[in-house]
Amino acid sequence: MLYGLFIASCGIAIGSALMAITRLNASHALIYLVITLLSLAVIFFLLGAPFAAALQIVIYAGAIVVLFLFVVMMLNLGRRSVERERQWLLPGIWVIPSILAGALFVILGIALIGVENQAVIDGEMIGPRRVGAALVGPYVLAVELAGVLLLAGLVGAYHLGRRYLDERRER
Amino acid sequence: MMDATGGIPLEHVIWFAITLFLIGVVGILIRRNVIFILLSLELMMNAAAVVFIAAGAFHDQADGQVMFMFILALAAAEVAVALGLVVQLSRRFKTLDIDAASEMTG
Repeated sequence: MLYGLFIASCGIAIGSALMAITRLNASHALIYLVITLLSLAVIFFLLGAPFAAALQIVIYAGAIVVLFLFVVMMLNLGRRSVERERQWLLPGIWVIPSILAGALFVILGIALIGVENQAVIDGEMIGPRRVGAALVGPYVLAVELAGVLLLAGLVGAYHLGRRYLDERRER
Repeated sequence: MMDATGGIPLEHVIWFAITLFLIGVVGILIRRNVIFILLSLELMMNAAAVVFIAAGAFHDQADGQVMFMFILALAAAEVAVALGLVVQLSRRFKTLDIDAASEMTG
């Protein structure tokens, strides 16, 4: 049961990820990305991480992808951009990257098969209580550093998003 | 090879993560639109997160989920800055083609 659900969500995640990177319209690609992220949330839940699954839905699918969608809407990409995208995505362009990725897959697979690990995850839950205790316990310094990183991201996004950055350049 | 009676083999989770990561790599290599490149980066970060969660579940430790939260914070900060860059790119060059921003000719 657990394994069947896992395989099903893996299939959905990989399929929608493939769809996401090959769409011509950015909004459609983002909707496929949401499907990938939601099936990843299911996988996290099956692996016994309910808190991570909830955060995946709330923050990734709910905040980060919505930020992407905001920008796509703001840039007002229309039918013209789909046409341009079709010119950029030439028919044979995916062949060499796919061969390289396939080679990397084989190499990683050989490394993985060599390990001979028979480990099985039984899906025992690690709840938010333990995660929170670890966050404010041994990882408290890393949490503060993550706060500094988010502040830097905020300042950087504010600076880059200002409209008068181009005007000052032209002056 | 492995009969999965109830549990999920760790190896299969890692196979899945490798596949997802490589889809992200191919996405970065084939696309010229910045938004799709950022989208592929998100896929790759998620593949790393899957491995962290699986390792945490395997060792029955909360550390995997803690690392997942750091990846989440990293992704949020990265997306905020990168989308600011996308907006500036489209204002200055009137395109989303990443090759347009090669003025430094590195």
